[in-house]
Amino acid sequence: MSEKTESARAELLKYLKEEPFGCGNLACPGCGEPLAMREVLNALESQAVLVIPACCGSIIDGLFPYTSARVPILHTPFASAASTSCGVLHGLRRRGFKNTTIIAWAGDGGTYDIGLQALSSTVERNEDYLYICYDNEAYMNTGIQRSSSTPLLAWTTTTPEGDLKKAPKKNIIEILAAHRIPYAAAATVAYPEDLVAKIRKARATSGSKFVNILSPCPTGWQTRPDLSIKISRLAVKTNVYPLYEVHHGERLVLIDNPEPRPVEEYLKLQGRFSRLSATDIRHIQEQVDHNWSLLRKKADEII
Amino acid sequence: MKALITGNEAVSTAVKLARVEVIAAYPITPQTSIAEKLSQYCSSGELDADFIKVESEHSALATVMGASSAGVRTFTATSSQGLALMHELLHWSSGARLPVVMANVNRALGAPWNIWCDHSDSLSQRDTGWLQFYCESCQEVLDTVLIAFRLAESVFTPVMVMLDGYILSHTAEPVEIPEPEQVDRFLPKYQPLAAIDPKDPHTYHAVTSPEYFMEFKQRQFEAARQAEAVAREVSADFAKQFGRHYALTESFMCEDAETIIVAAGTSAGTGRYVVRRLREQGRRVGLLRVRMFRPFPFEEIRTLLGGAARVAVLDQAISPGSEGVLFQEVRSALYQAGGSGPEIYDFVTGLGGRDILPSYIEEMVEKVENGGKAGLARVNWLGLKS
Repeated sequence: MSEKTESARAELLKYLKEEPFGCGNLACPGCGEPLAMREVLNALESQAVLVIPACCGSIIDGLFPYTSARVPILHTPFASAASTSCGVLHGLRRRGFKNTTIIAWAGDGGTYDIGLQALSSTVERNEDYLYICYDNEAYMNTGIQRSSSTPLLAWTTTTPEGDLKKAPKKNIIEILAAHRIPYAAAATVAYPEDLVAKIRKARATSGSKFVNILSPCPTGWQTRPDLSIKISRLAVKTNVYPLYEVHHGERLVLIDNPEPRPVEEYLKLQGRFSRLSATDIRHIQEQVDHNWSLLRKKADEII
Repeated sequence: MKALITGNEAVSTAVKLARVEVIAAYPITPQTSIAEKLSQYCSSGELDADFIKVESEHSALATVMGASSAGVRTFTATSSQGLALMHELLHWSSGARLPVVMANVNRALGAPWNIWCDHSDSLSQRDTGWLQFYCESCQEVLDTVLIAFRLAESVFTPVMVMLDGYILSHTAEPVEIPEPEQVDRFLPKYQPLAAIDPKDPHTYHAVTSPEYFMEFKQRQFEAARQAEAVAREVSADFAKQFGRHYALTESFMCEDAETIIVAAGTSAGTGRYVVRRLREQGRRVGLLRVRMFRPFPFEEIRTLLGGAARVAVLDQAISPGSEGVLFQEVRSALYQAGGSGPEIYDFVTGLGGRDILPSYIEEMVEKVENGGKAGLARVNWLGLKS
């Protein structure tokens, strides 16, 4: 082995040792979930415990006896991410672990749908934990079925051609904000500085925190794996997925997008939107524009 | 100290004495007063525990599972539909080997709606991996909750303590309340075998392939079987500390009995009353009360019933399309490959809180003694309106 290879190898090993999540994970190429996990755990300096319900994340970490994480992970059934997390929170606080962030780490199915009741309850009680939804906009772990987070007119195996999703994506941030949650935010893996800043803000806030991370899924979105970051960036630049945060359900801070790109640029890269007519695309553009203007009206601060 | 308390108060008192650290519960009739009392104890500081006011029974068990995984002693309580809603997590918590203790106040399952006692809620959870005790008095309820914690934490398997809805839950009886120091000696602070530790990270309950899964289940199975011997040791130690002894089954006048009635819960009291009356008439009748249902004490039951000519099982839970649930288990204990045993008959009564009258139990005995196999169906209903 040459000296150069040797030093590259040493560098890689050092990196793998320090990384809180990564080595050997089972994610599909281009998946946003492990990227989000790395950013979040790095932002928290690995002072975290993860509670993961049924979702892609429960597979990505690895099969017994292997794990890709350097923080404790507790797997729990589908509807229980929020409630199990709060049990862990109370148990660990009683055992004297005061600085560990307890994270419920769930997909959109476990958050927007089957886990919403428990999430609502824990947030209503303002339990001191961080709920993260890595949002890939469908049941990807079971093979691309629609969830209530699936966007308008997207293809999934349960919204097939001729019956594309009729309802728009559920607005989870508004639901959380209506609970007067101390901190709720929308982020994506394409803007890691913003994501890390939001996670740090969440850690510094006591009570319940919620961060929705748009997490590209090449398998379900029918996209090229190497385009994941580009597509998530376009989601923001087209105003399909605005980046914002809501403090205590009242103060909305929005990241501005003065020159929005047309939604078509976002849609055309994704197979799940390949069945759309020009009229469909116009309809989506109108919806996106409408939502953006509502959000700007509500914003207390635009940065 | 003796106090006049209900079965539900006996549960709350035991949980306080056990110094539980995290409780999560959701109200359901007739369990509600357990949750109320415990939340009052936590508010007043009488019990130094976190009471988490969840939005469902599913979340109640998920929450105590999380706390138990973090290494503290936990408790929950429910009834009927609430227990059914927990079903998924009953399997999960036993597979996760968490020593959670739960009180289930026995109540029928709908439809139609019914809030009164039978055993269908807990007996239909028999395969979930939870150990199960059925109590007959408020004293037994208090004592069994304490025994349940010791047992659960010894074999790392969750334990469910059953008390009959209203008949025990809302009936006051004089109960000896143990001194806290005495309980501390019997039940020291919980020492987890493996708990979440941020300084020593591990992954729990990850996807496990066919290559490993069966060994996990076999170990869980062995632990539940082993719980029978451990329960005897724990009961013996309990007797030493508190002077009250609880066997896994309780036999009454079974030694020379030709006919033995088998029952669980408070109906055993009515059964004993009938046995005494029939004994006065010179009839050789006995009663066996099944206190521990999981693990099922097969050998003990076979030994106690093996000498009788006939056995009549009083069932308060049915498996539609099959038979009474207790009956299936008792028969399974009596008959093994190549063996022989007494005749055994199944009687169903007391569903949805229908009173179990002494006359029903007399009728049972009459039928099995006179009718024999020919006159009886596979499942025989008592007290049905025609």
